[in-house]
Amino acid sequence: MIKLDSKIPPGPLANKWSDYKSSLRLVNPANKKKLEIIVVGTGLAGASAASSLGELGYNVKVFCFQDSPRRAHSVAAQGGINAAKNYKNDGDSIYRLFVDMVKGGDYRAREANVYRAAEVSNSVIDHYTAIGVPFARDYGGLLDTRSFGGVQVSRTFYAKGQTGQQCLLGSYSALCRQISKGTVKMFPRRDMLDVVVVDGKARGIITRNLITGEIERHSAHAVVLATGGYGTVFYLSTLALGSNASAAWSAYKQGALFANPSFIQIHPTSIPVLNDYQSKLTLMSESLRNDGRVWVSKVEKDKRHPNDISEEERDYYLERRYPAFGNLVPRDVASRAAKERCDAGFGAGDTGLSVYLDFSQAIAKQGQKAIENKYGNLFEMYEKITGVNPYKEPMRIYPAGHYTMGGLWVDYNLMTTIPGLFAIGEANFSDHGANRLGASSLMQCAGDGFFIIPYTITDYLSDEIKTPKIPTDKDEFAVAEKRVRERIEKILNVNGAKTASSFHKRLGKILWDYCGMIRNAEGLKKGLELVDELEAEFWKSVKVTGTKDGLNQELEKALRVADFFEIGKLMCIDALNRDESCGAHFREEYQTPQGEAMRNDEKFAFVAAWEYKGSNSPELHKEELKYEFVQLKARDYK
Amino acid sequence: MDIKLKIWRQKDAADKGKFETYDLKEVSPEMSFLEMMDYLNSKLISEGKEPVAFDHDCREGICGSCGIYINGRPHGPERGTTTCELRMRFFKNNETIVVEPWRSRAFPVIKDLIVDRTSLDEIIKAGGFISVDTGSAKDANCIPIPKNNSDKAFDAAVCVGCGACVAACKNSSAMLFVAAKVAQMGLLPQGKVEASIRVQKMVEKMDELGFGFCSNILACEYDCPKHVSSEFIAKMNRDFFSSKVCKQKVI
Ligand SMILES: Cc1cc2nc3c(=O)[nH]c(=O)nc-3n(C[C@H](O)[C@H](O)[C@H](O)COP(=O)(O)OP(=O)(O)OC[C@H]3O[C@@H](n4cnc5c(N)ncnc54)[C@H](O)[C@@H]3O)c2cc1C
Ligand code: FES
Repeated sequence: MIKLDSKIPPGPLANKWSDYKSSLRLVNPANKKKLEIIVVGTGLAGASAASSLGELGYNVKVFCFQDSPRRAHSVAAQGGINAAKNYKNDGDSIYRLFVDMVKGGDYRAREANVYRAAEVSNSVIDHYTAIGVPFARDYGGLLDTRSFGGVQVSRTFYAKGQTGQQCLLGSYSALCRQISKGTVKMFPRRDMLDVVVVDGKARGIITRNLITGEIERHSAHAVVLATGGYGTVFYLSTLALGSNASAAWSAYKQGALFANPSFIQIHPTSIPVLNDYQSKLTLMSESLRNDGRVWVSKVEKDKRHPNDISEEERDYYLERRYPAFGNLVPRDVASRAAKERCDAGFGAGDTGLSVYLDFSQAIAKQGQKAIENKYGNLFEMYEKITGVNPYKEPMRIYPAGHYTMGGLWVDYNLMTTIPGLFAIGEANFSDHGANRLGASSLMQCAGDGFFIIPYTITDYLSDEIKTPKIPTDKDEFAVAEKRVRERIEKILNVNGAKTASSFHKRLGKILWDYCGMIRNAEGLKKGLELVDELEAEFWKSVKVTGTKDGLNQELEKALRVADFFEIGKLMCIDALNRDESCGAHFREEYQTPQGEAMRNDEKFAFVAAWEYKGSNSPELHKEELKYEFVQLKARDYK
Repeated sequence: MDIKLKIWRQKDAADKGKFETYDLKEVSPEMSFLEMMDYLNSKLISEGKEPVAFDHDCREGICGSCGIYINGRPHGPERGTTTCELRMRFFKNNETIVVEPWRSRAFPVIKDLIVDRTSLDEIIKAGGFISVDTGSAKDANCIPIPKNNSDKAFDAAVCVGCGACVAACKNSSAMLFVAAKVAQMGLLPQGKVEASIRVQKMVEKMDELGFGFCSNILACEYDCPKHVSSEFIAKMNRDFFSSKVCKQKVI
């Protein structure tokens, strides 16, 4: 029987982490050399963790599925990274950042974790600057910041529209330094397909070498998953095509609990779906809402060119509905407001499924050069994809699946319910509640990797100094390897006629329709049924060409899609269980007369952590969320 | 639109490889180049044939995974564009499009259009970093950096590591890739401490890995999807020679 213990240390909020850190046990340098750690993932979370653990002297093995660690999808983050530096003297503080995140997450995150993320944010900026990340600067030579949605201070550090790339390359360079020193060994082009648990502790992973097809066993004293989010479950999303749920899902199947799987952020400003062949939705950073104004025509089904729609005929619906925050309301609110206007028939473009994001006023006021300086690459990207010049006419945007607040349940040490198995970055659930505020994911990922996991994993490993190197010929490794081989055989043997992608696309549509921006009980039940049917069809008629040996991209895809069915069902079950609306989880049945989300704190102030019990009957465990420091309020951005 | 594709097919590193021709009908000009490849692959699969393997991930021009030699140019005919950003509207109806992998001694072919670019990581490992351990940094605003320098450093840092510069160069030189990293770090005060060692080690590694020399043709700059400027190469040459003259030892 699993008992959830969040291990939140006692004491005043501001002292929790520092007091706890000084009470954690250490491992001496000679012993560190004998201990092995596996890190799966090389995004901001994984690369930062691996490099810091390498610096400490551990023996680290790092894995990613791309050909180079520098390609993890953190690279695509555009807008920025938060920190509570208060360089702008605008009243910011760690406490303020903490409150913004708890409120932004609609009071469904764990206070102590959020406070710690805010607390280490400043060190993240210091470290990145020291290792050469070229953040934007002012003429005085000091770091510049900008505002992001859901907050009233300017705390977002950025590097044009490529903040993720620059931070990731910073972590990657630190990682490369450790690889060259020999503390870290890199295994690129590997898919992690299973986790190995020996005597109740995570002791290794099973991977497939994506070039040779070999199934490999890797052992360690502890395993850290930093495998990112599973927003690709919707097929079309802002994630990379290879982003997947499989690593986390294999941990779930081996006993790690999966928390709040239905909390998925739909980002309000992505380039809309343009055609049926589309494989990807490209994000237009939230930072654009600093200068861009969102509107639709006041006239229904208005097919006129946007430049021909006069000022009086434009409905700046965010400014109208939310005068205090205007265009900078949090993402969930902005997304639903866009959907509301489009569903009501006021959407722009041929499909009616888009709204305008307009820079004409900002350009008139600040000049094109200023706008170019801030967002040049985003404007260029938009023009390349759509063929439309956004300096001359408004962009068209629409919400897209983007970020998973849900993920593996972890305690304050970032350890899952499997001892020795840690989860960091987007792969865990802990810091963003039911909705993530912009620019706080990079901050959390880097904070987890650089400044938290090195402490907590050391405490765990202090009990392992007498454990010799874990042999990979143990039965548990053989059993896990067999599981992987059987699944591969099974998928190859279906030998049907339809591609894995075609199933993925259909699955995405079901989840988008029934478990997307707006949900209701009936729809979720329907969604569940439809996914079940589609999954059954998949196992009867998927076609995977090629063999298990050698490079086989169809096999990689099919294995991922097979897991997406399962997590898609858990999403629906979780959303159905939560009879309230909070953050990104909006249940039609629970809304105010004005159409705002209605939480039910009495019944649902908990983390829903699911335990695997076969594919359709997971068991719910609840972690009560106790708010000691902030008061639960209705979120109000008016 | 209808197109004819001449695609390099190679089973694995040992295979000799050859071009295969495919006719593809009803291609939409709105498709991205890779969506067109997806479309071709779905057809091949339905005919029971092996799809064409190619690297890709973000599909928005930032991860550097994609890289196809299209009609004799890395990433195709459009300047400042990665393969995944390229749209079919840039091709003509009935056009024959030649599709090949990067060709360079330092990038052996793995399968079809996929090459091994780990040599680029090897170069970074040789010195493309600033040696500061986690936890030892001072407040970020302790080091003011003139905006021009930091903007320049950023311009160099936008390289996505796709390898197009190498593929474009008739000598398979990685000068632009190396120079961009050397410039980024050298322009910042944090990176100055190791500047001369860095440039020597990275250049040495580049030579060792079989990349060619630079003969200033500058096709690299022309074909770089991120517009990384060749002025960084000139800067690196100066840094490299002055580091030699100063005789700072490489340890
Ligand atoms: C387009 C976009 C823009 C964004 N903009 C911002 C922003 O401006 N600010 C902000 O704070 N956040 C932003 N986010 C969110 C943020 O970028 C991500 O949440 C964050 O980068 C995730 O980092 P990570 O290290 O957890 O995972 P990732 O960077 O996704 O890395 C995952 C790693 O795991 C590896 N991996 C995954 N599965 C497997 C497997 N099965 N086997 C082996 N390896 C595996 C991958 O190879 C990769 O190395 C954005 C997200 C997107 C998609
Ligand atoms: S797929 Fe990422 S740059 Fe093209």
